[in-house]
This record gives sequence, structure tokens and C-alpha cells, in this order.
Amino acid sequence: MARIVRWYGSGPLHLLVLVASFALTGYAMVSLFAVRPWEVAIWFVGAAILHDLILLPLYSLADLSALSVLRHRAADGPRVPWINHLRVPAFLSGLLLLVWFPLVFRLAVPYPGDTALSDSVYLGRWLAITGVLFAASAVVFAVRLRRLRRAGRGDKSRPAAGHGAAP
Amino acid sequence: MFGLVLLIGIPMLFITGLLSYASYNPELSPLNDETPDKGVLGFYLFAWPTHPYWLYRLLQGVHVTLGVVLVPVLLAKLWSVIPKLFEWLPVRSIAHGLERLSLLMLVGGVIFEFVTGIFNIQLYYVFPGSFYRLHFYGAWVFIAAFVVHVCLKIGRMARALRSRSLGDELRTDLAHTVPEPPDPDGLVAASPASPTMTRRGAVGMVGAGSLLLFVVTAGQSIGGRLRATALLAPHNRDPGSGPNSFQVNKTAAKVGITPALVGPTWRLEVHGHGVPRVFTRDQLLAMPQHAAALPIACVEGWSTEDQQWSGLRLADLAALAGVPDAASVLVQSIQPPGPFTRVVLRGNQIHDPRALLALRVNGAHLSLDHGYPARIIVPANPGVNNTKWVHRLTFRA
Ligand code: HEM
Repeated sequence: MARIVRWYGSGPLHLLVLVASFALTGYAMVSLFAVRPWEVAIWFVGAAILHDLILLPLYSLADLSALSVLRHRAADGPRVPWINHLRVPAFLSGLLLLVWFPLVFRLAVPYPGDTALSDSVYLGRWLAITGVLFAASAVVFAVRLRRLRRAGRGDKSRPAAGHGAAP
Repeated sequence: MFGLVLLIGIPMLFITGLLSYASYNPELSPLNDETPDKGVLGFYLFAWPTHPYWLYRLLQGVHVTLGVVLVPVLLAKLWSVIPKLFEWLPVRSIAHGLERLSLLMLVGGVIFEFVTGIFNIQLYYVFPGSFYRLHFYGAWVFIAAFVVHVCLKIGRMARALRSRSLGDELRTDLAHTVPEPPDPDGLVAASPASPTMTRRGAVGMVGAGSLLLFVVTAGQSIGGRLRATALLAPHNRDPGSGPNSFQVNKTAAKVGITPALVGPTWRLEVHGHGVPRVFTRDQLLAMPQHAAALPIACVEGWSTEDQQWSGLRLADLAALAGVPDAASVLVQSIQPPGPFTRVVLRGNQIHDPRALLALRVNGAHLSLDHGYPARIIVPANPGVNNTKWVHRLTFRA
């Protein structure tokens, strides 16, 4: 028993669960790859790679650069944690685009012919929603900034930090 | 936290998906089966019921809307395990190696399922091959890895959730937000940047994402006034006005139906026992008409409100064909050959009194896009099996 654990790296139950799972995987894969196997494999593995190696670094980079570029500008005056007022609307707008980009960019060729509907409305709607999200976030930010200035005038000794960053 | 939501959401997606496959009655005829090489993966299939009549509408609405709404939760989950995703090598042991392989199936599988599903509902057919094949077999590959993952990690998730109170976490402000204690998996950053967002904020942002996606999507399935709020959903508007103005899956022009094909020369053939019977549309209209209020519910997740259909009962037509207790009917469209131009319905569907060969809808004749001269409408049937432009029915005992 101890030898199995040492040789395998975990208990026998672990092995059993994984082997059972791979049996099912193999069975389904025979059919999954029965037609156009290479392209399907590229889509399957590519899905993971696309997310891990392209999308993820992209949004991290956008976040970090916004943080570092805008940090300096906000130095004077009272501090309100501002990054989330940018992050949240950008995240929400990006999310909508991620899900609905084929319609927004009119990439779904059969759509108008199949449904008798035009796909020309989606870009405008997405832009409008994006505009509303950023505007709403800006209003909330302005209100918080004002409140902080007032509070600052009223009680100079209290530090501004410590306010939650959350919307 | 996000893991817990997915632990509930993913099985719901899987089960609603499997039920959607069952709703085609694939065992009844190869014509109904888009994945005929399924083998034992069809072990659970059963005769699809006609009650409740909104069953398919609910089922597929849940499948698609839930999938869309889970996108931010899935992204958050992937984000929280980033270090793991990059740790491919070195493999420490056989067990570790097998687990890495299973993890590739898990991450590749879940993104593959979400991407094919989301592309399909927008008619963005760029994936390699038939959506049914990819999404169905992909679901099995993914779920095999998902079950392993849950078996291996559920203990750890329970411990993490028990280690602190959710209420306390959600009440913590930024100044008091501290990094996670080190964990055995090495998922926690060794020297994290100072926090810019509370846990409450992170959960809130993901929740807001789900809520926003729900608002701009769900109306295409719920219908009524909410359809207008589904700003970005594919079927969020009526294509016209009047009694025939509800949603269309495929227009007549798209599938090659011309007015000539359905003009005065159109006939309905009813085959069964003995000599086939042939009817003009006027003859059909002169027969006793029956009404049914039923929705159109598409496999793509959108649906319409109940429409007022009227026409001939399939049960009456079966009797006319000399097969009153028919066990199945082959429905053929006048459409040029293509997918879903022929379909087989089961006995329970034929004998439901609301199952019609409809000639009229909402008080008007069917429009060409909705299947003029005659179409099938059966309760709880997926839209693609409610064949339009019918020209032949073959009843079999
Ligand atoms: C945003 C995510 C998703 C969307 C938009 C989506 C969309 C769809 C659509 C449009 C269908 C209809 C095809 C049909 O009924 O035949 C379907 C079927 C199905 N889905 Fe999904 N899906 C999603 C995620 C998933 C996931 C994660 C799983 C697995 C856990 C899954 C499993 C299935 C299965 C097994 C079917 C039945 C396939 C068949 O009929 O052959 N789906 N899905």
C-alpha cells in the first residue's frame, strides 16, 4: 500500500476516480474527434490557451497601466479610491462585449436572413449601455468626492483613507 | 464562493442540456438524432412528454440564460486560480500528472462549451462542424473532468467556506481587507499588492455582471414587456406587426420556400392504412377546427408567449389515415432537403388534444414565414420539431 502511494503519488481512490473519468473522456472523445479532428482539438485546447495566455494578460495589463498612469494625476486634493470607478464600468461593458460581440460587430452572417431581424441595432445599444455605465460611475465618484471635501473642511484632523473602495 | 455557485450551476446546465437532447426523441428515428453515434451516452433517453405544455420553453430558457449569466462567475473562478493554470511542469508524480491532464479537460472543456453555446445562439457558426456534435460530446468530456475536480476539491472548498463567515467578509471595508493566509496549493499570492478592492467589492462586481447579463438577455425567453429589456439578446424584438408578428427561427426565403411551392397546387398527403388521402387547403379548412394556445420555444433558448393556433388535431388526422392509435407519424416539409425537414413524432404527441396541424394563428392565416399553408404545433416540443410548410404525414401503428 505504502509502495503504491510512493510510486503513484496519491492514494488508490485518487487513481480510481481519475481512471474512471478518463474512460468516459476517451469514449466521448472518439465521437468528438470523429469529424475534423484537428480543428476540434485546436478549438478545445485553444480555448484554454486563448484565455490563459491572451485574454488574461490583456485585462491584467489594462488594469495595471490604468493604475500606474492615473495614480499621479490624483495626487493633489482629497483622496477617494478611484480605481474601482473605472474598473467596474469597464468590466461590465467588456463582459457584455465578450458575450455578445458576434451580434455587436455583425459577424453572424445568417442572422438577418434567418430571423427577419436586422443586426444593425446592437453596436449602438452596446455603446449606449457602456456610456450609461461610465456616466453613472462618474456621478457616484463625484458625489463621493464632494462628500469627502465637505467632511475634510469640517474636520481637518480626520484622515480620508479608510473609506471603502467598494461600489 | 464562486466555486460554490458553479458547483450548482454547472450540473444544472448539464442536466437541462441532456433533457434538451431527450426532447428531440432521438431514439424514435435517426431523422430526429443529430448525434447518432452517441452509443451509451444516450442511456437515459425517454419518451418526451407533452405536459406541462411550457416544459421546453422553461428548460431551454434556463439552459441558455443560466449559461450566459454564469460567464462572469466562470471568469472570476479562472482568475482566482491563475497560478495553477500556468503551473504545467514539472510533473511531480504520476498522480500529479494525471490531475494536470484532467485539469486541461476541465478548463478547455468549460470554455469550449460556453463558447460553442454562446456562438450558436447568435448564429455565429464559426466552430468546426455541427454544433450538436461539438456541444454534446464536448459536454461529456467536460463533465467527466468536472466530476473528478469536485471529488478532489469539495473537502477543501467546504473548509475554506467554513474558515470564515460570509457575513463578516461582506462587511469588511478596504482598510481591513487582508490577504488570504498561505494555502497548501500555493494559490495565494506570496507578496500581494496592497488591496484596491474589498472581497465584498469583488463579489459585488461579479454579481453585478451576472445581473446585467440577465437583464439584457432573459427577456427573449420570458417574453411580455421584458422582451424589450433584452437589449442585446438575439430575439429581443418582433420582426413585424399583426397576428403573425412573433419571432421566426428561419424565414421561408432562407430555406428556399417560394410562393409557387405553396400556391394553389399545394396538397396535403395523409398516408397510413390503405390509399393515401390528398387534401387542398380549403378542404382542410372545411373540416372541424380545434384551438390550442402554445408557445414557440427554440433550441436557441428564446421563445414566444402563447399563440392562439387553430387547425386539425393530429389525432383526427391519424383516424382519417386509418391508424387511430398511431404510434408515430413521419412529418415531411415541402422545404428543399436540409436539417429538420423531416421529423418523427411519437404516439403521445399525436394523441395530445392540443397537438395540431395548424392552419391559422391568432385569428389570421399562417404567414409564409410561420409555415403557410400548414405547420405542426405540439405542446412542449422543441421549435425545430414543429415542422413548417408540411406537405406529407405518414402515420404508423
Ligand atoms: C453559455 C453557455 C451555454 C449556452 C449558451 C448553451 C447553449 C445551448 C444550446 C443553444 C443548446 C441547444 C441545442 C439542442 O438542444 O440540441 C444546448 C444544448 C446542450 N447543452 Fe448547452 N450551452 C451552454 C453551456 C453548456 C454547458 C456548460 C454544458 C455542459 C455542462 C452544456 C450541455 C449541453 C448539452 C448536453 C446539450 C444537448 C445537446 C444536444 O441536443 O445534442 N451546455 N446548449
